[in-house]
Amino acid sequence: MGKARKKSVKSKTKVTKKVKKKRGVTKKAEPKLAKATRKSAKKPDKKPAEETPAKKDVPRHSTAEDMASRQREISVAEFFTKNRHLLGFDNPRKALLTTIKEGVDNSLDACEEGGILPDVKVVIVPAREEDRFRVTIEDNGPGILKKQIPRIFAKLLYGSKFHRLKMSRGQQGIGISAAGMYGQLTTGKPISITSKTSRNKPAHHYELEIDTKRNEPRIIVDETVDWPVQRGTKVEIELEAKFQKGRQSVEEYLEQTAIANPHVLLQFVTPNGETKTYNRASKELPVETREIKPHPYGVELGVLIKMLHDTKARTLQSFLHSEFSRVSSQVARTICEKAKVSERSRPTRIARQEADNLFKAINQTKIMNPRTDCLSPIGETLILTGLKKQIEADFYTSVTRPPSVYRGNPFQIEAGLAYGGSLQAEGLARVLRYANRVPLLYQQSACAMTRSVLNTAWRNYALSQSAGALPSGPLVIIVHMASVWVPFTSESKEAVAHYPEIIKEVRLALQECGRQLAVFIRRRRKAAESQRKKEYIQQYIPHIAIALREMLELSERQETTIVKQLKDLLERSRS
Amino acid sequence: MSKIATQIKDTATSVRTKIQRRSKPTLSFPLRSLSNVKYHPKQGFLQLKGKKKVRTLTVSTVKTFAQTLRMMSQAKTLVEDDEIMTKREAYYVSKNWQDARFDEQPESDTVIDDIEALFQVNREQLGFIPEEKGGEVAGKLVVIDRDSETGKELRIDCTKFGSGAYSIPISIEHLKFEAKAKFVLAIETAGMFQRLVKHNYWRKANCILISMGGVPTRACRRFIRRLADELKLPVYAFVDCDPYGMFNIYRTLKVGSGNAAHINRYFCVPKASFLGVTPQDIVDYKLPTHPLKEVDIKRANDALKNDPFVQHYKPWQDSIRQLLEMGVRAEQQAFAVHDLNYVIEHYLPEKLAAPKKFLP
Repeated sequence: MGKARKKSVKSKTKVTKKVKKKRGVTKKAEPKLAKATRKSAKKPDKKPAEETPAKKDVPRHSTAEDMASRQREISVAEFFTKNRHLLGFDNPRKALLTTIKEGVDNSLDACEEGGILPDVKVVIVPAREEDRFRVTIEDNGPGILKKQIPRIFAKLLYGSKFHRLKMSRGQQGIGISAAGMYGQLTTGKPISITSKTSRNKPAHHYELEIDTKRNEPRIIVDETVDWPVQRGTKVEIELEAKFQKGRQSVEEYLEQTAIANPHVLLQFVTPNGETKTYNRASKELPVETREIKPHPYGVELGVLIKMLHDTKARTLQSFLHSEFSRVSSQVARTICEKAKVSERSRPTRIARQEADNLFKAINQTKIMNPRTDCLSPIGETLILTGLKKQIEADFYTSVTRPPSVYRGNPFQIEAGLAYGGSLQAEGLARVLRYANRVPLLYQQSACAMTRSVLNTAWRNYALSQSAGALPSGPLVIIVHMASVWVPFTSESKEAVAHYPEIIKEVRLALQECGRQLAVFIRRRRKAAESQRKKEYIQQYIPHIAIALREMLELSERQETTIVKQLKDLLERSRS
Repeated sequence: MSKIATQIKDTATSVRTKIQRRSKPTLSFPLRSLSNVKYHPKQGFLQLKGKKKVRTLTVSTVKTFAQTLRMMSQAKTLVEDDEIMTKREAYYVSKNWQDARFDEQPESDTVIDDIEALFQVNREQLGFIPEEKGGEVAGKLVVIDRDSETGKELRIDCTKFGSGAYSIPISIEHLKFEAKAKFVLAIETAGMFQRLVKHNYWRKANCILISMGGVPTRACRRFIRRLADELKLPVYAFVDCDPYGMFNIYRTLKVGSGNAAHINRYFCVPKASFLGVTPQDIVDYKLPTHPLKEVDIKRANDALKNDPFVQHYKPWQDSIRQLLEMGVRAEQQAFAVHDLNYVIEHYLPEKLAAPKKFLP
């Protein structure tokens, strides 16, 4: 907030009112305003004051005290209320998708962590008011403890996933509570949660609102209900939304989820009452992943200082060794030597300058790449299973690359292709992007995965591709990035940032798939060519026979014999 | 059965026999290009050297192969029925052949030319006749034709067409000639021909005038050839001074073409010589010129390099080089720059005074 304060001090009266409204909320807009004010401030101040003394709302210069009275903390919830586009609630259509997406992601994460094959049901029912829908997401997961429910669903940035480095769908702990907040904002209705943790225990039912000022849950209803399921969680949100089919629709999201998660049973009831079922194609749960400690290469200076401050380790050496991945005592000592800091010094007493040196030393020291058993790729076989389940094509292929590392974070890229069959022969290929098994539907062009697809020379793989465009043909390309921390370009998790390591790995995976595809396409073309030749031959052979019959006055039987002999002759020569 | 019908039947039999023996049937044609001809001054025309193009029945040739056989069958019927068919008509008849039909006439023309070469005859003997006009004649010649209905002799006096002319028919083998002229003047353009006819130049020079209208047709060449042979007349060619006039028109008239070398023996006029316009004439008569076009230069160099006729005659090589050096061309009508009838009053008489100096 220090920054914002400085600026509002400088900014002069003319726009103070506006600034007050927006302060701290629209960070981007503020510097501009401040600038504009500074410019106008350069003009002789007195003039306007003298000329318009009669007007009442003449801007007055504020004193530091005036401004101080207006300066106050902004809650995360308030911030996101105003900036809901950052979380994927830009318009009613996207809001519906984001709500369902956050709910389903949470359900799947919970089920998998609990070792349960997920059964997820999504129901959209039109509400009484126009443009409003009631969305229900129900799973068979392990359920949530009663005391946790309010904070998980009605407090932003509260969750289990932010503080650990573990591969999961959710990352920040914003998603579902933001959806609830959006519902509350547009309909005034609270978010409703029913959860049951075991057959013998009762189900808890909560209706919650979020206190946006304090970013704290406000409990409207808290009761015990009878819910005839073994266990699970059901979330209901009423929100202003628009239901649509086609691109970037709920249906597309569910279909793509089914592709990357063949172990999931998905049921979807549309507002029209139709039920769509995406069946389970595999009973194999994704391998449970390990949680890892951060790798030194991925840590920023500020984080390092914070870690130094919070650690329980007594010496710097043991701090480095115990708090990070891949730092042995030996490596820790090397880092300390390079930073010219004693390895025995107390981490909590490290000064800023020393921390700076330490940070530089880390990046100058050669440290092993992080362990990669924290990743759980879908796997080549299951990608094929998923593709075959949802897409009817003639050819499928998939590749799982070995794990790699960007900025100290392990990640793994997978790719798959489906070609031909019922896919549209005209037009560009369809790209399905996934991050930790979650389909990314928006901001395709801003994504590193798309960049790699564009940069791959598909023409080498018997496809046509115009410069700078996607390849064309009956093709679906899927790219999956599995990582303990997927570097999204924004909180709404729509596009992966352009790390060269990621772009390269995606390219290698696509090239491998491409080679497989090229073999298939070429083989098929050859077969088609062969068939075409066969037909061509059979088109003209009868004419040779007719001509010979005419010239040699042959019988029709003799003519037929010639046709047969010629067919044999040319067929033989062709093969 | 006529000789040609037998030949066709023999070829068909050989194709069938090969098929029966389970081997790929072939048809072999003489290669129709300048590279496959040689020039013997004694015989006086371009002859085939004997390079053959063998068309084997394969996947890629099956369509042409089928079309060639069907066209052969067509020719056999024509010969047997003593019927004729223009090349255009042949193209239309092929429309009955379903898949084997021709899409454009040039395709069927090529197949007809192939068959002609295959049997070493001219297409008229196969019953296929061209659409093209034969050329025009005026001057001291009497053509003796027959009335097609009564069979009565028709004497056609080519001096009696006034400002018009006698048109050479497509088939001329049955014609007979009488003439007292001293030479035949073969002219490239109809325009120049008209000028000479209008002023009855044939009377003044005691000659026969023939308008070739560009490259002479086979009938026109055959007509001139028979005049030269039977009436023992010298033939002088009067064409534009450019590589096209020299090699496409004059060379074809005199020794035949590379493309139809198999029939050159009938369609050449070995006695022809080149009156003008020569490159030297451009200098001597101060003719207005145009620069040589790129295609002219290419044609001239090509003639120097590949044409067996040019390679045989040093004077021709010299003339081409002279033309290339001057870098210009001149049309036969360019004499109009001096006077409209300059060509009649000065150029032709002066040139005809010394026929020995004509280019061979």
